[in-house]
Amino acid sequence: MINLNVNHKKYRIDADPDMPLLWVIRDIIGLTGTKYGCGVAQCGACVIHLNGEAVRSCVTKLSRGAGQEIITIEGLSANNNHPAQVAWNEESVPQCGYCHSGQIMSAAVLLREKPNPTDQDIDDAMAGNICRCGTYLRIRKAIHLAAELQKKEGGTT
Amino acid sequence: MSVSEEIEHLSRRSFLRIAGIGSAALCLGLYVSEKAGAKVVNESEASLADAGIALAAWIIIHTSGKVTLICHRAEMGQGVYHSIAQIIAEELEVDLYGVDIQLTQGDEKKYGSQLTGGSSTIRGSYKNLLKLSATAREVLIMAAAARWGVDPSGCYAASGHVIQKSSGKKLHYGELVADAAKLTPPKEVKLKTRADYKVIGKGSLRRDSPLKTNGQAVFGIDKRIPGLQFATVERNPRLRGKVRSFDASAALKVPGVTRVFKVVMGVWDTDREGVAVVATSTWAAMQGRKVLKVEWDDSGFEHVSSPEIFRRQQELLQNSEGLSLSTQGDPTGIIARAKDKLDVVYETPYQSHSCMEPVNCIAHYQADKVEIWGPVQAPNWIQDYVSKKLGMDREKVIVNMTFLGGGFGRKAMPDYPYEAVMVSKEIGAPVQVVWTREDDATQGPYRPGISYRCEGAVENGGIAALKFRMAGQNNDHWMRGDSGKANRSTSEGFLKPYYESIKHISFADVPFKTPIPTSFWRSVYASTNGFAYESFLDELAHQAQKDPMDLRRQYLKDERSQLLIDKMEEVSGWKNRKKNEGYGVAITECFASTVGHIVKVSKNGDKGIRIDKVWVVVDCGWYVNPDIITAQVEGSVVMALGAATIHEITFKNGMVEQRNFYDYKMPRITDIPPIEVHIMENDENAGGMGEPGLPAFAPALTNAIFDLTGKRIRKLPFDLANVH
Ligand code: FES
Ligand code: FES
Repeated sequence: MINLNVNHKKYRIDADPDMPLLWVIRDIIGLTGTKYGCGVAQCGACVIHLNGEAVRSCVTKLSRGAGQEIITIEGLSANNNHPAQVAWNEESVPQCGYCHSGQIMSAAVLLREKPNPTDQDIDDAMAGNICRCGTYLRIRKAIHLAAELQKKEGGTT
Repeated sequence: MSVSEEIEHLSRRSFLRIAGIGSAALCLGLYVSEKAGAKVVNESEASLADAGIALAAWIIIHTSGKVTLICHRAEMGQGVYHSIAQIIAEELEVDLYGVDIQLTQGDEKKYGSQLTGGSSTIRGSYKNLLKLSATAREVLIMAAAARWGVDPSGCYAASGHVIQKSSGKKLHYGELVADAAKLTPPKEVKLKTRADYKVIGKGSLRRDSPLKTNGQAVFGIDKRIPGLQFATVERNPRLRGKVRSFDASAALKVPGVTRVFKVVMGVWDTDREGVAVVATSTWAAMQGRKVLKVEWDDSGFEHVSSPEIFRRQQELLQNSEGLSLSTQGDPTGIIARAKDKLDVVYETPYQSHSCMEPVNCIAHYQADKVEIWGPVQAPNWIQDYVSKKLGMDREKVIVNMTFLGGGFGRKAMPDYPYEAVMVSKEIGAPVQVVWTREDDATQGPYRPGISYRCEGAVENGGIAALKFRMAGQNNDHWMRGDSGKANRSTSEGFLKPYYESIKHISFADVPFKTPIPTSFWRSVYASTNGFAYESFLDELAHQAQKDPMDLRRQYLKDERSQLLIDKMEEVSGWKNRKKNEGYGVAITECFASTVGHIVKVSKNGDKGIRIDKVWVVVDCGWYVNPDIITAQVEGSVVMALGAATIHEITFKNGMVEQRNFYDYKMPRITDIPPIEVHIMENDENAGGMGEPGLPAFAPALTNAIFDLTGKRIRKLPFDLANVH
């Protein structure tokens, strides 16, 4: 049994400690917002927050998540209102939408660490996330907008 | 039936009806007859049903006032979920953000073809949807007017209410449902003009967007039903191979693995064999699969390799005239006699669709029916295929559509739903079969690799003749097996107005076969034809010493093309550019929309070529949502950029050489140039927009590179960093 803390809820998981968190979260806990895209740390569709860091859950073992704080896209905000989520909607970023759980989770860490990201910062933080629908220009715009919203919201800089 | 025939067919055989469902809701839809031809409109409900006619309920107004709209097509990113609602909201006069939108099941009798391909959804249904919505609104107004004892002309509809102008009296639609269901709808309704539109033509925020920013949207891979098991299949890595034997003992020891067995998947008329591993979670199934031992039988088909494929295609092009698709005038004779001529070969690679959501499907096989849930573009084709294979009534194959994490043509194939059905049949329980990314890359189907032979004669500063031949796999051969016919798509992408002004043109298909399964890939043959034909026109322009844009202006004489070219010149500053500054142009037509690209490139130090800017001008006629169109074009440019400069599928000894995104690399945020999109304003019939933004990008790029460097690129993909 491994104790997991996902989106501030506690779970006792009876599974192989080597099972990637991606599949624990999707198939055992039943939160399907975190996506499988490649399984080999190439696409970023599976990004979650582990103690506030963006990690690829497809290559992160269950054992590593034990007792840590895990946040998935479902737990990023109470009401789809994290500045990145708001900005993503304002800019109509998603097309098929499949990559965007991961995109937003990556962007959220960037926005916390660099509240005023430059284009270069965005490139550095987001180059690990593939979007087959090609929404990249809007992702960039949305991150800049989210930075604005974040400033207005909390005076957090 | 082609998509345009399908659209024609639908509008011929559908007529508007209105019906109550019990007393709880007002249900509005089109009656669509299974067979073409006229049906008497005022037959009774029962006889309509007997004649195979069903009501396509597109709009359901509940007595509570709640309005539900049906999205009858696949939402795979192209935005129909939103734009269908936008069309209905406009004429029905309801709040776009207040209505419920539901994905639906495959049901051709109700919705006509639901094949979401050929960029056909809006152009195929908008006229019916406008009329349906306006009729609904008029009936509701009639019901309110009757209730108040006033003339309907003194009433109007707004935000889901009917309002009497003079008194300001108001009833919401739900309060009128029972009365309206008893009325006969007017035969003719006046549709709004573009100037009246409040919702159509505006870039409203997508209704599906919020579902896709908090993990709520249910894609096929997210769908869960009670008792669901998970499976993955180890398929023969050679595309037509079989299973000789397998050893499941190690796999069955993996915790969670419950069953291991051979499964046969149909790919149209061919079979592919593999070994299915069923487990309690996707990961357990994958683990079990890793320790499977399978011996393959690779006999009875050719083990192809890429260099050989293209060598053979090009040999055929030198030695065969092929099957003629169309010939106008005598291009062969003109070219034979011409002094100034070109004869070159273009080559485009096999490509994978690589939808972000890997292929997957849930099936539940039961004694009397099969139910399927999944990311599917063509529910009706799945019904056809599965029912035929199982010898089951078509109605017993129920296909439920989810959101798609990309489709691009891949998810129009019935192979993976059928495979899921076979696994479910074996285990007697519902199962979700998930393809890994590696399966997706190595198993296909693929966009076919194609070689083109382009010949042309130049005379008096213009084009005297064009002769095009293609040798590549014909998707029709996979789907229908009618291998004696020329590929109908040999000229796809080529602009029709050229036929008016260039007197001698021919297109031919030189049949070429391999065991590689192929299918539609976003914009289909236009995605490769466009590169060959529009690059070749650029070559001829240079040969004739003409500005490439002027050449197009000279031969695209129709007004729409001229206006498009005006716009392209205006937005890109084409006329003010300097000689060899790195500008390229290409224009293609695809699914009834014409799209022109201008690409500007420059030297990137010792790192080859940089794309500075892409301008795209779109003429898609009447349109719904300019922001979605812009997004589709942006995405198309990115997809075209990848296919032209980054990735390709290659074969070695019958197997695909790429496996995952580390060797089938995708464009990333760091690769994307600025893209500026302009939409022409006119009231012509709506064209498609999910795909037409793609084909002209690659030739505009390589034409720009020629302008800058004098280097002509005739083979895709090429590495921008290696062009000097
Ligand atoms: S699924 Fe984890 S990075 Fe692609
Ligand atoms: S929106 Fe489809 S993959 Fe990103």
